[in-house]
Amino acid sequence: MIGGLFIYNHKGEVLISRVYRDDIGRNAVDAFRVNVIHARQQVRSPVTNIARTSFFHVKRSNIWLAAVTKQNVNAAMVFEFLYKMCDVMTAYFGKISEENIKNNFVLIYELLDEILDFGYPQNSETGALKTFITQTGIKSQSKEEQSQITSQVTGQIGWRREGIKYRRNELFLDVLESVNLLMSPQGQVLSAHVSGRVVMKSYLSGMPECKFGMNDKIVIDKQGKGGASEEAAGKSDLGGSGGGGGKQSIAIDDCTFHQCVRLSKFDAERSISFIPPDGECELMRYRTTKDIILPFRVIPLVREVGRTKLEVKVVIKSNFKPSLLAQKIEVRIPTPLNTSGVQVICMKGKAKYKASENAIVWKIKRMAGMKESQISAEIELLPTNDKKKWARPPISMNFEVPFAPSGLKVRYLKVFEPKLNYSDHDVIKWVRYIGRSGIYETRC
Amino acid sequence: MPAVSKGDGMRGLAVFISDIRNCKSKEAEIKRINKELANIRSKFKGDKALDGYSKKKYVCKLLFIFLLGHDIDFGHMEAVNLLSSNKYTEKQIGYLFISVLVNSNSELIRLINNAIKNDLSSRNPTFMCLALHCIANVGSREMAEAFAGEIPRILVAGDTMDSVKQSAALCLLRLYKASPDLVLMGEWTSRVVHLLNDQHMGVVTAAISLITCLSSKNPDEFKTCVSLAVSRLSRIVSSASTDLQDYTYYFVPAPWLSCKLLRLLQCYPPPEDGAVKGRLVECLETILNKAQEPPKSKKVQHSNAKNAILFEAISLIIHYDSEPNLLVRACNQLGQFLQHRETNLRYLALESMCTLASSEFSHEAVKTHIETVINALKTERDVSVRQRAADLLYAMCDRSNAKQIVAEMLSYLETADYSIREEMVLKVAILAEKYAVDYSWYVDTILNLIRIAGDYVSEEVWYRVIQIVINRDDVQGYAAKTVFEALQAPACHENMVKVGGYILGEFGNLIAGDPRSSPLVQFNLLHSKFHLCSVPTRALLLSAYIKFINLFPETKATIQEVLRSDSQIRNSDVELQQRAVEYLKLSSIASTDVLATVLEEMPPFPERESSILAKLKKKKGPGAVSVELEDGKERGECVNFNPKPQRTSTPSPSADLLGLRSTAPASGATPSAGSLLVDVFSEAGPSATSAGVNDDGFLRFVCKNNGVLFENQLLQIGIKSEYRQNLGRMYLFYGNKTSVQFVSFNTTLNVQTKTVEPLVEGGAQVQQVINIECLTDFIDAPLLNIKFRYGGALQNISLKLPVTINKFFQPTEMAAADFFQRWKQLSQPQQEAQKIFKASHGMDTEVLKAKLLGLGTALLENVDPNPENYVCAGVIQTKAQQVGCLLRLEPNAQAQMYRLTLRSSKDTVSQRVCDLLAEQF
Repeated sequence: MIGGLFIYNHKGEVLISRVYRDDIGRNAVDAFRVNVIHARQQVRSPVTNIARTSFFHVKRSNIWLAAVTKQNVNAAMVFEFLYKMCDVMTAYFGKISEENIKNNFVLIYELLDEILDFGYPQNSETGALKTFITQTGIKSQSKEEQSQITSQVTGQIGWRREGIKYRRNELFLDVLESVNLLMSPQGQVLSAHVSGRVVMKSYLSGMPECKFGMNDKIVIDKQGKGGASEEAAGKSDLGGSGGGGGKQSIAIDDCTFHQCVRLSKFDAERSISFIPPDGECELMRYRTTKDIILPFRVIPLVREVGRTKLEVKVVIKSNFKPSLLAQKIEVRIPTPLNTSGVQVICMKGKAKYKASENAIVWKIKRMAGMKESQISAEIELLPTNDKKKWARPPISMNFEVPFAPSGLKVRYLKVFEPKLNYSDHDVIKWVRYIGRSGIYETRC
Repeated sequence: MPAVSKGDGMRGLAVFISDIRNCKSKEAEIKRINKELANIRSKFKGDKALDGYSKKKYVCKLLFIFLLGHDIDFGHMEAVNLLSSNKYTEKQIGYLFISVLVNSNSELIRLINNAIKNDLSSRNPTFMCLALHCIANVGSREMAEAFAGEIPRILVAGDTMDSVKQSAALCLLRLYKASPDLVLMGEWTSRVVHLLNDQHMGVVTAAISLITCLSSKNPDEFKTCVSLAVSRLSRIVSSASTDLQDYTYYFVPAPWLSCKLLRLLQCYPPPEDGAVKGRLVECLETILNKAQEPPKSKKVQHSNAKNAILFEAISLIIHYDSEPNLLVRACNQLGQFLQHRETNLRYLALESMCTLASSEFSHEAVKTHIETVINALKTERDVSVRQRAADLLYAMCDRSNAKQIVAEMLSYLETADYSIREEMVLKVAILAEKYAVDYSWYVDTILNLIRIAGDYVSEEVWYRVIQIVINRDDVQGYAAKTVFEALQAPACHENMVKVGGYILGEFGNLIAGDPRSSPLVQFNLLHSKFHLCSVPTRALLLSAYIKFINLFPETKATIQEVLRSDSQIRNSDVELQQRAVEYLKLSSIASTDVLATVLEEMPPFPERESSILAKLKKKKGPGAVSVELEDGKERGECVNFNPKPQRTSTPSPSADLLGLRSTAPASGATPSAGSLLVDVFSEAGPSATSAGVNDDGFLRFVCKNNGVLFENQLLQIGIKSEYRQNLGRMYLFYGNKTSVQFVSFNTTLNVQTKTVEPLVEGGAQVQQVINIECLTDFIDAPLLNIKFRYGGALQNISLKLPVTINKFFQPTEMAAADFFQRWKQLSQPQQEAQKIFKASHGMDTEVLKAKLLGLGTALLENVDPNPENYVCAGVIQTKAQQVGCLLRLEPNAQAQMYRLTLRSSKDTVSQRVCDLLAEQF
């Protein structure tokens, strides 16, 4: 149970302090500032234990959010709550910044009162919260509205209110993935995984019942044994445009769902059915580790010429359909700490030595599939009396590609609304795939 | 010092620093620094040579970055280059960088040393000073090696400037502190001492720091400084405030120098020369007089300086402790400070008075301030000052004012700060015991103490009160009554329950006559607390209950009922369960006579050093324990024997109360109960007197640990012992071979004495345990002296306890190569002991092997080329050190002779083991 929640600015000044339990004293505020924010060594662990008090923190730009407790709580729960808290704040006033927090001081306290009760997390669904915590000041509600809010907040479907109407029933699905890789200089994959999210934005009338289908291996295999007719129908509906293609199904290592998904049904039939909240929500989160399409291959070549010179050559190859375009490509080549000068030549894009980051940064705006590009650099070194050898940190890369590196495809998303008279065909549906780099590194 | 010229502003540096200060986050700062480092690297790498100014600027930036906490791994060469510059500022920055950044094992140190040498010989005073400062700041061993010879020369040379002399003295001080072995003063000593006569006050001040440090190491060499210091001091003290010009600080002449002089004098005893002494006393009097004069300035600096000298003078007076007149004056002066506005002054006054209180001359004078001190204890706002006040009260306490002081401390305890409560409790307990005239007062005090601050009353305190009550018949009844009353409070502390349980269990009968405290009432009262107590206390209460059964047979049924209940007899705690089971059985099986014997009243405890005092000593440094209690304990020189109560069966923590709980059920008739808390035993036999030390049994135990040590018609003494590393435990079994009781049975060790239960029943065997710790190697075995009366005749037996150095052997296995290598290492003549002797027993191989193994060493096979020979290795474990030991035994079957060779890293050990072993074959 969370004992208290503090929000600090980058200087360690407290912007928001809300204490839920008596075991958290005022000195906890200072303890976190002294031991974490102003610590001599940068604190990397998100959980810090100071004097038998646990501090869980997340950082958003320059703002620190810290949850404090004296008890042995479920750390995953606390972080889930903190992330939720960030989402809620973003939904209410946009970017989390010192300025915004100071301006929405009262609102934040109001929110904190609502989403945490005696340290126990409560309903933190933005849609639901917005019905009774508004930024427009106090508006006296009629008895009817009040009872509606009460029934909704305490009811079974707390995330959606009744009586929503749209002229156009529309639905957007985003499959957002980040691909993480660590590769040896010889091109051997040391570790790779994709973590993805399916984000849904819905503008649907009434209380629609939705069913979501994707190329999950278990489902496909099951259907292969049973009737294949339904699958064919679904596939023609919403087939995504994969980069690697060819793959029929993917193995999902683990996934979590938004609270609106009926887990019992998922457990029994592996079907994902739900009544979505109005507006945006993160439908599911998943992770895969098998058969990942690696969009780029980095081939490094580092040669030390004597004590004072280093030659670096890096080739990148794009590895997806030539018709697709990768964007925002950035390759970061670390330089030794005693670099005294750098000359760079690259075929494509722009490259620059950034002394402040101890790295050569090579940026390419766009790059089509099945192409390759190259950069070579000469690094001059200053001889030092330090015997330590340069640790050779890995070359890292950033990019964005318009397909899902895990191979996930949306097969269908069906909408049923029995009470209102619109059918699945009347709903306009959009699907988009975005693959981004997570930590995408190659050792050199 | 040259003025900073216009070009030295180093604008780039200022910009850089302000950039860093403006950084919003740590990341931004790191980025800025990385950028600057890259810039500096490219500048240093650049082909064209940098001019002095830019070099200085960049080195400065590097220094700044380093001080921000980042690693710097270049730029050292540039800094060294700066040293050879002729500009002051450049040289200065170079030295600064080096003293901050160059670590001692750098390869640049040679270059740096060269530059320093040049500067030292340059005759330019500012450069010399810079070099000296650098040496002092680095202060490494290499620096000391290079310059320790040079600096004293500079220090005493006639033509050296005063400022350089100052630096040289302080630099030398630093080197001396870092590596005293390299700074050899020898020939310079007298000339350094004569620096005290220097014209320049700064030089004197610097020199005196050096001399104080040196003389604290070799006081004799610097003895001559005393008279010089006294004359210097008297010159300063008698000077008018304007005489010393620059060295007058807020109308006080040279306060720092005076303080240092007074501190130097504290390194030496009072001067023997009457004239010098007279002069010194005069000085001290003047200082005390000056304290009485009205202040010349209202500024706080004036009074601070004046008081600093005064306090230093008072510590000197206390150090001499020979001038009653001065001591009393000092005390009066401090008495004035006790009520001063300034908290620091009150603190210092209390602290100094603590030491004054222990002097015989001023003790009475200190006592006159008792009211003020008590007042300070009560009203002072600062806890550290209150603590000092408590210390002082403790120090000034004696028989005449003990009652008052203890009462005050007790009443203060209720409101005392948590941090000092435990110490206060110990002090009250010690004072109460030490000055107790009337033991009922003592009991009252301690019980009050437990009531007020039970949590802070350590085990030792309540052990002690029980020891005293047991040993003094006159207070037992009173104690029982008071404890009974104290226990009636609705909430009382667990320590109170412990004391109550113990005392009522022993002496509950003394108050049983009163119907208000009838046996059953007592029992119910105790039992009502039972469930609130921790396991050790419950265990104690169970013992109290069984004692109740003995004291008041009418309670037997009730108590058996309690013992029989599931919560006792099936308690999950082993100790409690065992006690419940055993006590229940004991009470139902044994006859009243047996019970009465088993559960007899505790015998008096041996007088020993108060455990509380030992605890206080451990807790606090000097000052706190200025009171000496009788020191009854003498430690053995080499072996430390601690006869401890036997703790058999369950070694659970609850047996801790044994330290004082030394009797308890013990008798041969009921072994199960006897196993609980046997401390002392007894049993011995009829007449046999043996004068002199009996040691024929002794030698038999060199190679074995168990057996019969001594036997005559009356008494048999068996031994069982076990050793591990430097610790050992010995069980002595005294068997009474007669059917008659031994009276006044008493065993004594020459190392430590402990009284024994004086009555010994006939026909049974009693056990005593001795814990042994080997502190260092030894030769003499401890003596055990047994005295008892058998049929009116006093028997006296003296035995050597078979504790020999070889008992602490730890076998070491090693290969042949190893063995011979070590054998050769121990080749010095004194490390070897050899004996050639005739065999007194048969030369049977197995017997020999068994004996050698019994010695405690490892018998090494296949080491000696001659298979007839025996080779052993082992390590003797003592607390002080470990002594490796190698042994070689060469039997000669034809001649029936042996040659025994021992080598060990300590000569005494070789000799002793050789002697012991030679008797064995």
